[in-house]
Amino acid sequence: MGIEAQLTGDGFFTTTIDALIAWARKNSVWPMPMGISCCAIEMMAVGGAKYDIARFGSEVMRMTPRQSDCMIVAGTVTYKMAHVVRKIYDQMPDPKWVIAMGACTSSGGMYRSYSVVQGIDQFLPVDIYTAGCPPRPDNLLNALIAIQDKIGKTRAKDFPNS
Amino acid sequence: MELKEKILLKLKTHFKDVDFSTEEFRGEYCITIPNKIIVDACELLKNDEELAFNLCEDITAVDWGRLNNRFTMVYFIFSMKNRFRLKIKCDLGDGVEKIDSVTSVWKSANWAEREVYDMYGIEFNNHPDLRRMYMPESFEYHPLRKEFPVMGIPGSLSLPKK
Repeated sequence: MGIEAQLTGDGFFTTTIDALIAWARKNSVWPMPMGISCCAIEMMAVGGAKYDIARFGSEVMRMTPRQSDCMIVAGTVTYKMAHVVRKIYDQMPDPKWVIAMGACTSSGGMYRSYSVVQGIDQFLPVDIYTAGCPPRPDNLLNALIAIQDKIGKTRAKDFPNS
Repeated sequence: MELKEKILLKLKTHFKDVDFSTEEFRGEYCITIPNKIIVDACELLKNDEELAFNLCEDITAVDWGRLNNRFTMVYFIFSMKNRFRLKIKCDLGDGVEKIDSVTSVWKSANWAEREVYDMYGIEFNNHPDLRRMYMPESFEYHPLRKEFPVMGIPGSLSLPKK
């Protein structure tokens, strides 16, 4: 099964480097856990054995932005925190993706107030928004799968700067 | 003699010609103290061996949203010896936005008073480190004042560039 099934006859197969890199990239998305508030608890559940993000090749939660591909912004982002989030995002190497986890990061959520940024897309390029307050772990896994689909479709020409 | 009466009696004997009004709501005893003697009264309440209000639980303020006598300071103090909580109210008076700091009495008042300064703009005389607690230092407003809109003032808080 799997790749062995393709190795018939002469024991090789042809593909493009582009497709191979995209395949490798999408199955090893290393998250940057930007756990700011309660969503981070659900994110930890995703990392635990029950939901097990390792099934999708993303178990390597890097505590440094320099080794990660995908930032999971999990929690309420205040105006004061926004500068920190942006600074960490800027330190991640290209190509990179962002998951806005939960209602607060997507839209400000229930914090309709002067201190909370009403959606992190005001200062970050968000790829996937996740609904819920907080989203269930399966919902975050769904977001990760959606990111993987997105990454799988990319080609080298999509990243001219990296 | 009950502790409540004892507190009032000690204050009245120490500060002659001063009016103390009291009220009680659901078992919480409250004394209103004039702002001129706030530090001396707090010192008495803390250092008196019988009363021993050695814990300053919280300091906050009320903006009544009116022209005269706009702000009231509220202190919650606790006596571990007597297991008794006391609320002190203190009107700032017409057009006054200043009061003496009680950090000389309770060190924990330091951050609580910084919070009041941040949120209400009330200044504290003799405070060792009167800076904003929550909002960025360049912020020009005081969010818990009645004239401040819930959604804030557009442009008053900066966001990183996208």
